[in-house]
Amino acid sequence: MDRKTNNVPIARVEHLVKIYTLGDVEVPALRGITLSIEQGEFVAVMGASGSGKSTFMNILGCLDLPTRGTYFLEGLDVSTLSRDELARIRNQKIGFVFQNFNLLARTSALENVELPLFYMHNISSRERKERAIEALRIVGLEDRRDHYPSQLSGGQQQRVAIARALVNNPLLILADEPTGNLDTRTSVELMEVFQTLNDRGITIVLVTHEPDIASFAKRTVLFRDGKIMRDSAVQGRRNAGEVLASLPVVEEEGTI
Amino acid sequence: MNLLNVFRVASRSLGRNKMRSFLTILGIIIGVAAVIAMMAIGEGAQHNIQQSIASLGTNVLIVFPGSTSSGGVRMGAGTAATLTLEDADAIAKQCPAILAVTPIVRAGAQVVAGEQNWSTAVWGATPTYFTIRDWPLSSGLYFTDQDNRSQAKVCVIGQTVAQNLFGDANPVGSVIRIRKLPFKVIGVLAPKGQSANGQDLDDIIVAPFLTVQRKILGTTNIGTILASARSSALINEAQNEITELLRVRHRIPSWGDNDFTVRTQTEIANAAESTSRIMTILLASIASVSLIVGGIGIMNIMLVSVTERTREIGIRMAVGARSRDVLYQFLIEATVLSVFGGIIGIILGMITSEVVSQLAGWPVLVSPFSVLLAFLFSMAVGIFFGFYPARKAALLNPIEALRYE
Repeated sequence: MDRKTNNVPIARVEHLVKIYTLGDVEVPALRGITLSIEQGEFVAVMGASGSGKSTFMNILGCLDLPTRGTYFLEGLDVSTLSRDELARIRNQKIGFVFQNFNLLARTSALENVELPLFYMHNISSRERKERAIEALRIVGLEDRRDHYPSQLSGGQQQRVAIARALVNNPLLILADEPTGNLDTRTSVELMEVFQTLNDRGITIVLVTHEPDIASFAKRTVLFRDGKIMRDSAVQGRRNAGEVLASLPVVEEEGTI
Repeated sequence: MNLLNVFRVASRSLGRNKMRSFLTILGIIIGVAAVIAMMAIGEGAQHNIQQSIASLGTNVLIVFPGSTSSGGVRMGAGTAATLTLEDADAIAKQCPAILAVTPIVRAGAQVVAGEQNWSTAVWGATPTYFTIRDWPLSSGLYFTDQDNRSQAKVCVIGQTVAQNLFGDANPVGSVIRIRKLPFKVIGVLAPKGQSANGQDLDDIIVAPFLTVQRKILGTTNIGTILASARSSALINEAQNEITELLRVRHRIPSWGDNDFTVRTQTEIANAAESTSRIMTILLASIASVSLIVGGIGIMNIMLVSVTERTREIGIRMAVGARSRDVLYQFLIEATVLSVFGGIIGIILGMITSEVVSQLAGWPVLVSPFSVLLAFLFSMAVGIFFGFYPARKAALLNPIEALRYE
């Protein structure tokens, strides 16, 4: 699949509206979002809880459909797809990183990374393994491939999750508060991983409510009450590698 | 996700909860073992019956005399002496579907040989009896028609009688006393074993018909008529011919009831078999109740498992599992559980039936059919009871599943 195409934006949403119905009450979560994300962007989505950013991410990740409006993923209108078609899109074009890592317990790091490939057709177990090892290598955990999540630190678990998001060679990596459960240093380390991936041309959308974290991205989009309040390039973007060097050295995280 | 992977994932997730998986399938194990054991006992009994029916002879028909009726109270088959020797001759001559016929009389008798004595049944029959019953000799000779006509005091004895009167010695040529009359033993019959109702078929003395009728019983009545059809296809025709002939001979008006009954081997076999078949079905259905209970156990645990693993389901869906992938995963887990339980149950059932046959001395027969049935049934239980939990998992909303704590 050729991912280095033309001028079509990776993701383009137009007049996106999402209304949840709770009993008789209609709760609008998104009230008309129009936004384009180009190849190679690193977008930080910010906003208070209830601002609609999670709903937006769910739609962007093809986990949910908008009530109104359209969503083009690489030029393809996905807002009318069926449940199974959405699953296929997620499988082939999207990578997720969650706040609470969401790794399968009692399953090795390698197998966690392999998981998306299990749901792809025409892929041999050998190729599956090779691609998973490669993804683990990119996040610097190839030597931990046989460890279970319980044997890894939080930062390491999140890197396994990033490897899992990478393994299907996605158009878009969606990270929902990936540093929410991590301490400062580990958070910065993780942002370094994201920046490295972005430097390789991978498009990343990251939800955070920490301005510090957002400052590692290239563009911030601020949500409020289901609308975009501000959409601007990051001024004085920070380099995670440099920040890391300036942080006081702490003891190596305890790992088993 | 291909099937092999689904199997791997399923068996691994079951392996993580070994104790729980085992307790879950315990119901299936017990159910399948019970079904296998019950069917083995039932089929063992049926097999026995079939064998002993076959030992009756080939294509056999039996004519019983009709019942007496005294003032409207009917006394049951065989209570009236309505059959005659002439009836037997007529059947032999006039029924084309009949191959051989013998009249039969029976007398219970105390038999003495030297120091030994034994109480047994003495059957009077013509030499065709041995043909009809397909009963070879183990030593000596059959008696002949000439012996019958001359009312010779000769007899052929069964294995049990031979054992009890002569032990291991060869009885041929010896003289035994039946109701004090001396009979010469001219042959010993080959062993036949037990009949359907556990009767020892070898506990028998067969002597010429007229000898028994005239000299031992001193009557002119006959008990039953034993006949054989020319082929198994002709059994029903033979039955009709005998019925027609005897109605004419007994001058029964068209509205009257028969004063005799013609039974075929198949009918006798069916009667005996239906009893044991009903028992088998009854036992197996009681046993299958436990299979259903076992299935409910699987459903229960699968529901718990789906709830516990809501987050896992959410993760799988987020990375691209379709509803049907999740459905298959849980369905196959349930099926793997139940089939595994089924296999253990089959083995346990075989051991149980072997133990039963050793301890209780019952004949048991584990048929491939019952094994296949138990296997398929346990599989079906898994699919049936696994479907609801699997469907529940498949229809989860990935967003809510991911948020589940």
